[in-house]
Amino acid sequence: MDGIHDLGGKPGYGAVEKRDTDKVFQDRWEAAVFAMVGAGVGAGAWSNTDRFRHAVERIHPQAYLTQGYYGRWLGGVETLLVEAGIFSQREISDRALALGAAEDDLIAARPRQKPDPLGPKPIASGSIRPIAGVPEFSPGDSVHTKAAPVAGHTRLPEYARGKCGEILAIHDGWIFPDTNAHGLGEQPKYLYTVRFTSEELWQRAGFSVNLDLFEPYLSLNDNEDEAS
Amino acid sequence: MSHPSPQAIRAEALEALLTEKGLLSSNAVDDVINRYSEQVGPMNGARLVARAWVDPEFKERLLADATAVVKEYDFDGGQCEKLVVVENADKVHNAVVCTLCSCYPWAVLGLPPKWYKDPAYRSRIVREPRELLAEMGLSLPEDVDIRVWDSSAEIRYMVLPVRPQGTEHLDEEALAALVSRDSMIGVDRLETLRG
Repeated sequence: MDGIHDLGGKPGYGAVEKRDTDKVFQDRWEAAVFAMVGAGVGAGAWSNTDRFRHAVERIHPQAYLTQGYYGRWLGGVETLLVEAGIFSQREISDRALALGAAEDDLIAARPRQKPDPLGPKPIASGSIRPIAGVPEFSPGDSVHTKAAPVAGHTRLPEYARGKCGEILAIHDGWIFPDTNAHGLGEQPKYLYTVRFTSEELWQRAGFSVNLDLFEPYLSLNDNEDEAS
Repeated sequence: MSHPSPQAIRAEALEALLTEKGLLSSNAVDDVINRYSEQVGPMNGARLVARAWVDPEFKERLLADATAVVKEYDFDGGQCEKLVVVENADKVHNAVVCTLCSCYPWAVLGLPPKWYKDPAYRSRIVREPRELLAEMGLSLPEDVDIRVWDSSAEIRYMVLPVRPQGTEHLDEEALAALVSRDSMIGVDRLETLRG
């Protein structure tokens, strides 16, 4: 999904504000949101990280940029709790109003009326899974990424779409986020580290960017006739 | 004291509702704070770096299969189902990011700093790393090859910095104290670079 979360290469975000404190959480509520992620899984509102990441991607874009990392997580947690029918958004808003919220506060969560099915529970912990068949690509292969945008969750960032790269490494079978986020099962795929030159990505010299990409995102380049 | 932010109030509301419904235990928040403030942090990654500097056989294993090495240490914190350690050299500099969310190797580096999760770092490090690193205080000569690692799946990355000169007399523990979190993300180097 070409959402606000897909930030790689996007201009306009200015300087990095490197103002660190020793505190892991700036305020107690941030740790509370961290704990709520565990509570949401425990309540059965979702059962995999891909679904949670997609809920965060779907929050109000203005909130994504202004309410901080744990504000984003809060939007994802609330979205999934409401979609699972555990609370209504009205119920949460009423409680927030009672605690001093304003009627026109920006609310990050954007639950859908007709959410995706919850889908099967994970068959094991972690994300590495046995996979049938042999990998399609080998280290050193020249590949290109899919050019078409994806409406739902995906882990191919926009800046690396339709680009040529080189396979650096193969990493066994991993849960496929594009299906798992939508309740369509784990459907493991081979995962590869792919190196892209800065010339290919940005038409400038001096660096490379490495991404971990799933096999369905990639196609083999034919010998030498990729010039078009 | 300033008025709490909308997200702080809404978090408080949702925490109360979850607690009343019995879905969030009363000590869950304190447990999170204790775990990620005390048990988990960049001191774990620093131990690996210091040992790699003094023990060539360990360094070889760390670069070949960091996942297996981390299992031996039994670090808490998660997010290291597969860890890859990438090595800096005089003319090679590595930097880690997650442009799509904020993936980070919690078990070895703890929870990420705020700037790592902000749009400025996530958007710029894959497009203009040399300029951005210079702004952040790390000027790299033009002939240094920069390799950015965008954590787009579940593999997590950590940088092995170059051992600073003049540290031959230090033991492993003293070396670990020199290793900054930022040097293991790749926005800092510990040694002085000559262009």
